[in-house]
Amino acid sequence: MTEWWLHPSILFIAGAFLIPFLKGKVQKAYLLLIPVAAFAMVVSITPGTYGVYKFLGYDLIFGKIDKLSLIFAYIFIIMAFIGMIYAIHVEDDGQHMAAWLYIGSSLGVIFAGDYLSLFVFWEIMAFASVYLVFARKKKESNDAGFRYILIHIFSGVCLLVGILLHYSDTGSFLFGPVQHDGSLGFYMILIGFLINAGMPPLHTWLPDAYPEATITGSVFMSAFTTKVAVYVLLRAYSGTEILIIFGTIMAIYGVSFATLQNDFRKLLSYHIISQLGYMMVGIGLGTDLAMNGAAAHAINNVLYKGILFMGAGAVIQMTGKHKLSDLGGLHKTMPVTLILYMIGGFSISAFPLFAGYLSKSMILSAANHHHLPIIVLLLLMVSAGTFVSTTLKIPYFMFFGDDKKIEAKEPPLNMLIAMGIAGILCIAIGSFPELFYSVLPFPIEFEAYTGDHITSTLGILMFTALGFWVMLKKLTPHHVISLDTDWFYRKGGMLFLKFAERRVAVVDAFVGELHSTMVLGPAKRLASVCLSFDIGIIDGIVNGAAWVVRLAAWISHNFDIYIVDGIVNSMATLVNLNSAVWRRLQTGYLQNYALIIVVGLMLIIGGWILG
Amino acid sequence: MRIINYIGDAANWPKIKIVFYISLVVVFAVDFLVERHHAETWWDKTPGWSAFYGFVSCVFLIFIVKFIGHIWLYKKEDYYD
Repeated sequence: MTEWWLHPSILFIAGAFLIPFLKGKVQKAYLLLIPVAAFAMVVSITPGTYGVYKFLGYDLIFGKIDKLSLIFAYIFIIMAFIGMIYAIHVEDDGQHMAAWLYIGSSLGVIFAGDYLSLFVFWEIMAFASVYLVFARKKKESNDAGFRYILIHIFSGVCLLVGILLHYSDTGSFLFGPVQHDGSLGFYMILIGFLINAGMPPLHTWLPDAYPEATITGSVFMSAFTTKVAVYVLLRAYSGTEILIIFGTIMAIYGVSFATLQNDFRKLLSYHIISQLGYMMVGIGLGTDLAMNGAAAHAINNVLYKGILFMGAGAVIQMTGKHKLSDLGGLHKTMPVTLILYMIGGFSISAFPLFAGYLSKSMILSAANHHHLPIIVLLLLMVSAGTFVSTTLKIPYFMFFGDDKKIEAKEPPLNMLIAMGIAGILCIAIGSFPELFYSVLPFPIEFEAYTGDHITSTLGILMFTALGFWVMLKKLTPHHVISLDTDWFYRKGGMLFLKFAERRVAVVDAFVGELHSTMVLGPAKRLASVCLSFDIGIIDGIVNGAAWVVRLAAWISHNFDIYIVDGIVNSMATLVNLNSAVWRRLQTGYLQNYALIIVVGLMLIIGGWILG
Repeated sequence: MRIINYIGDAANWPKIKIVFYISLVVVFAVDFLVERHHAETWWDKTPGWSAFYGFVSCVFLIFIVKFIGHIWLYKKEDYYD
């Protein structure tokens, strides 16, 4: 079935180029209305296949719409709307445009039915999002942005190679569940996807760049790139069991490194990786419950990570500080921000009645059904760590702790409204699960609120809080950074250069010598022959032509100076003289004018009498 | 707002601590009363397990991670400059 439809990405991608032409209130209204329009479009669409175009003999499918793509589209557009409210005060058209290209291309990947269109949107996503890092206009941001884009280019190359291998194996670019054949194409595409999902050791683009992005930019970034990766993995790689292991590693890795951070946006970034670990486990399990859990967790993650990044951004905006060790005592000046932040915190920690509770429970139950108790235990430990860092440590050291007497006030209303909307959604999802189940992509029968489940969750969380209280001294943030695998390309690159200068120099001398005798000598002789040909013949022609041109130019130059300029100058001189006369005559004294008029009248009368 | 100012005031912390400890006891006690249909492993069947595990994993995680941080991963802020 193919029929005409308007792709929601077009609203954002084409719409982005209209932004600079609109000003003031019109622009702000436009920025908010387009997401609403896109949401209306996506809600009204019936599942099916739309927008199929022939391109070089291949089918490009821009609109593969089913429940899985729809739920991601809903949340992306909702987050686009929330993010635009949060960013509405920003007077930088470039950032708004980049955000829209980013949103539009994310939707493009979500709806792509073939690998070629998916790849194109995948790349637009990377390049649009990096602008949100560059837009901070600081040296660290520029550096982090370049590292970010390098890794994403690598991910894109892996994906492209994988796609081509996949095509040569199957003869098809269709994007769907892959064959678990262990072919190279299978793994290349998987690596491309996993890099975007923040899989260690190539996860460092995420905690490296997100804290360096603009305040509003990081809110968008936390929502889209990684969740798009979750979507493509859900679509293509569900039931790939290695992802259970990868996911558990990611969850532990993220939460461990988060514990070490002092920059709170970096801490939150590591928790994105940790939360993505849960989703990977869900995707790897591949049962209906697990995949629903992964999708639901991605949806919830967009919302509560959005709140956390918005809250963190609000604090940076109002205080100018981005390190926990510099903050403290903000509860007096920013209480509303604190409350809204805590809604996000309770959601990510999976408190009952908050969003994360549902989705985390689904994944853990699915792992239990799969008889993987060790995985469940490890993930529960990660829950404890998440609760400690995100919901206890950050608020404690930011809003309570040592009162550093920082001058601050609540952020602009639009920021609070954006956080409030996301907060209401988090509580709504957690409190009314049936409503949420109805949009989940796979059939579901799951009772999250059973007695033992609630008590065990509360048990873990409350006694984690006790542990936090006991360990509080150990957690006091210091002015330090922590190493991660980005060391290899940040410090490692420099070490390699030093190594190259010393050790490689010896080899280089030998190779250079060899090169000069075997290659350079003959080449030089050849070159000298060419040179003489060049000087004698070619240069002769060129120089001759140049002389002719110069002569012509000289003639025209002189013509210009003496003839044309002469005429122009003489005209000017005449005008000049003329005006000099008239200037003198215009003395401004009434008696002079009167005299001239009288003399003139006398001349006329005299002429009339004489004539 | 008032709750936040109440929590923020250090003078009230003894009271808050008492509330916190009571809630811990309540959570721990209620875990003995609920039915466990879905429990798969011996620890899931043990009442109070989650409380124990939550506390232990929190302390363990912080301890291990901070230890690795101090001996290896922590660097001065200008390390990469």
